Amino acid sequence: MRNYLKYAVVLVLAVALLALGGMSCSSGGGGGATPTPSAAPYKIGAIFALTGFNSTLGDTEPLAAKMLVDQINANGGINGHHLELTIYDNESDTVKAATLADKLIQDGVLAIIGPTSTGDSNAAKVETAKAEVPLVSCASGSNIVEPAGNNTWTFNTPQLDFVAIERIYTYLQEGNITKVALLTDTAGFGKAGLAQLKREDLLTKYGITIVDAETYGTYDVDMQNQLNNIGKTDAQAVICWGTNPGPAIIARDMKTLKMNIPLICSHGIAFRDFIDIAGTAANGVVFPAGKLPVVDELPATDPQKDFLEKFRADFDSQYGSGRANTFAGHAYDAISMVVQALENMPEGLSTAEARAFIRDYIENDIKDFVGTGGVFNMSPQNHNGLPRTPKEAMILVKIDNMKWTWLQD
Amino acid sequence: MLVRLKRYWSYLAIAAVIAFFILIPFDWFLGRYTTLMIFIGIYTIVTVGLCLLMGYTGQVSLGQAAFFGMGAYVSAILSKTYGVNPWGAMIVAAVMTGAFAYIIGYPIFRLKGNYLAMATLGLGLIMWILFKELSQFTGGPDGMSGIPFLAIGGFIFDTSFRRYFLVWAFCLAVLLISQNIIGSRIGRALRAIHGSEAAAESIGINVTQFKVKILVLSAVLASLAGSLLVFNMNFVNPQTFDFMSSVKLVVMAVIGGLASIWGAVFGAGVTRLLSEELLVRFVGWDIVIYGLILVLIMIFMPDGLFVKLKEIFERLRLRYRQRGTEP
Amino acid sequence: MSSAQFVQYLISGITSGSVYALVGLGFTIIYAVTKIINFAQGEFVMLGGLLSFTLIHSAGLPAVPALILSIIIAAAIGAVMYLLAIRPAQKASVVSLIIITIGAAIFIRGIVGQELTKSFVRPPSFSGEESISFLGAHIDPQALWIIGTMVMVTIILHLFLTYTMVGKALKACAINPVASSLVGINPRTMALLAFVLASAVGGIGGVVLAPFTPMSYQSGVMLGLKGFVAAAIGGFRSPVAAVFGGLLLGIVESFAVAANWGPFTSAYKDAIALVVLLLILLVRSGKLAEEERAG
Repeated sequence: MRNYLKYAVVLVLAVALLALGGMSCSSGGGGGATPTPSAAPYKIGAIFALTGFNSTLGDTEPLAAKMLVDQINANGGINGHHLELTIYDNESDTVKAATLADKLIQDGVLAIIGPTSTGDSNAAKVETAKAEVPLVSCASGSNIVEPAGNNTWTFNTPQLDFVAIERIYTYLQEGNITKVALLTDTAGFGKAGLAQLKREDLLTKYGITIVDAETYGTYDVDMQNQLNNIGKTDAQAVICWGTNPGPAIIARDMKTLKMNIPLICSHGIAFRDFIDIAGTAANGVVFPAGKLPVVDELPATDPQKDFLEKFRADFDSQYGSGRANTFAGHAYDAISMVVQALENMPEGLSTAEARAFIRDYIENDIKDFVGTGGVFNMSPQNHNGLPRTPKEAMILVKIDNMKWTWLQD
Repeated sequence: MLVRLKRYWSYLAIAAVIAFFILIPFDWFLGRYTTLMIFIGIYTIVTVGLCLLMGYTGQVSLGQAAFFGMGAYVSAILSKTYGVNPWGAMIVAAVMTGAFAYIIGYPIFRLKGNYLAMATLGLGLIMWILFKELSQFTGGPDGMSGIPFLAIGGFIFDTSFRRYFLVWAFCLAVLLISQNIIGSRIGRALRAIHGSEAAAESIGINVTQFKVKILVLSAVLASLAGSLLVFNMNFVNPQTFDFMSSVKLVVMAVIGGLASIWGAVFGAGVTRLLSEELLVRFVGWDIVIYGLILVLIMIFMPDGLFVKLKEIFERLRLRYRQRGTEP
Repeated sequence: MSSAQFVQYLISGITSGSVYALVGLGFTIIYAVTKIINFAQGEFVMLGGLLSFTLIHSAGLPAVPALILSIIIAAAIGAVMYLLAIRPAQKASVVSLIIITIGAAIFIRGIVGQELTKSFVRPPSFSGEESISFLGAHIDPQALWIIGTMVMVTIILHLFLTYTMVGKALKACAINPVASSLVGINPRTMALLAFVLASAVGGIGGVVLAPFTPMSYQSGVMLGLKGFVAAAIGGFRSPVAAVFGGLLLGIVESFAVAANWGPFTSAYKDAIALVVLLLILLVRSGKLAEEERAG
């Protein structure tokens, strides 16, 4: 027994050295009652999927956040306080989203923006709600923020999945399409979408019947078998709900199988890679979105046109032409809200008080807030804030000649 | 005088180690690493089971996450969906997982070498797919949240401070019991099997029975760890139990040293520390560094990091002794 | 189902099966010669795919040189992996070697993600995107390339192993390394050759697969697993058996989706394939045990 003790000491010392030596020294506990000194930086946390299958959505998000933070810091910060943005990569891993949220909370952040996807957001919000830290998610699953009463510390900036679905159903109804087949991702976003797609009230309202509901795995590379199954039915259109790369593969498979019915996707495909991967099969695909992809086609009278053009110009000039997309926009909206809350925050609040203030502000004082996704009006019952009437909330994009075009209906 | 110092040194060492561990969760000490330490404790429990299985019976398991996940999900489902007391759920989960290991043990151990590895891998994958697909029970790929905390009477293990001591109490118990097993008759039988199965059979040891027993033990330990995991995070998700997780568990066991029980703490600690703390700072490059470190440790310290440190310590101690006897 | 749909499912299964077969071939070659299971095998397929995309897209190389170069680079990386990671660990245990290959896989994956791209990519198809009709089914022409390449590689490999000196030396080393070294075959050189061959075969697989299915730096994991299953079905000994294993796996998966039986939705296809595999293994282990007792 004695031998083991000595080895245990070595073990413990080694681990301790690793732990203490390898860490960067950052002060701050988990929300004590000590007031923060006035010139101390405002810490904001961010969790995005910078690697993994959602990285195509996530890679512009930190850029948008950094863009705003850098701008503010260049102008002296907020009321003399520098903004300190800590960005963590959850690697498209749902569990990591939760552990990273916990880490950021331990580091003393006042709010967290992100994560990129629905599954990750629902995991992270467990930690942020426990610790009473506001979370502004960049994912669109309605189960993240609804019902608002159960998600008092959680908000999100993209249009909600059922709003996008209603937009699609409106389009189908007007095109006299009544029978649809579903092909949805089994995880996170796709699963949440499926629950909304199957809602009896929506199906009745728009006169839609689901003749076949197939699923695919996030990592699947061949959906021909599921499409074969769909081909056996009398479906008039296929609705695909997922992000990357599933929908692109589905578009190609449909072309291979010479399926002539239209393919309609979610707003989760609003990035260039979809077109690059699907190739010519992308032509004809329709999806709902915010206005950014087709900002050039908007009339001069559109209330969002100027804001979107400026956002795109700023983003592209800093990061390269053609890089601005709706996902960057969601992150930009999220951090803008936190920034506005901080601008109105009184001095001398403790970490816990500051977090509560930001939450209260976003819930009650984000009104007529112009963002990339639309005009936000948050309330205690609505933690998303975007309009819910389909045609007001989202436009339709059709991919034509390998480009996004505005499908006006 | 020197003799007395030596004895005090041992007691001091015990005291220092215990004090260190007890003080960790305090804010003024290393409080911000409480969550990390909780995870290290949980993973140590799984690793101990894996060390026993791989180190002492020589059977490789590429699917240990299956047992880890079973414990987690059964506890989660029983306590959240059916309102069973978490302690009860933990026990039921352990029994179920152990029984499952017992049932598959005999057919699995008919396979040898790479076929066995394949079977364990397949098992791990099948369980992972079930966790993802049986959504009515498991919540599907998004998992389940709202899992309760463990509690004794009115004392709820909700703060990370309390959970830390809960987990490490379990961990210590597991370590001591396993140490006992190794020192006992069972341990000797295990070493005999590891040395040569044929020889062990010839002296009357029922090799397959032993292997199955150790499999069951490792499964029960993994299940306990899984239960502790969900009662700690209030949340469960199938991604925690995928193939890479089983790989990481094997890595923890090997870094610690397969033949070493206390090394499991080290293996779990180093691996967790690497992936959660150090490498989070190096966005993107973290997995490159992780892979490199893995390769280097296995090449230069194939018996595990812990054993290597012991060697270094021994060499230093001998040198100290030699100097001590010089006039 | 109609005969056209049957053919569709079958072709789909043979296509994915061919990819699994190519990965399985790599596993088998390395295992036969060195007794090591190379968990980085899937990464070589990934390398083939991503390198070919990068060379065509970013370096602007024409298609054919890009493909050949990708395969050569993949083989070179295989050689380097053997020399730097495997050879220095000669005396390590089986488990340690497995972990080394896993570490190497993670390392390669990470470097590709950092240096090349993290997105999904798809190089242009070899012969256009119009599908071909065959017995009522529609086939992507790239699928035919995949199947054809797999057949070619298998044949060439078989000829190589049976009729060339080097190939026979490789085979001898697989059968009995001690005896082979006695007749002058250097097992270390053979091991290097095995790694180069396996990674080249993997690279070839990646090069034909990438235009068919988008790949990312993480595609190697699942491909490696499926290839491992294929090799396991084949007994890890003969390349032809690995091919058979891969095709079997692909076809079983495909028809598991077609069956859509009860609660087992298409998502269960991987699990069904694995269960089938485990049953095969158990049955075979029973037969092996009988042979041992009889012999």
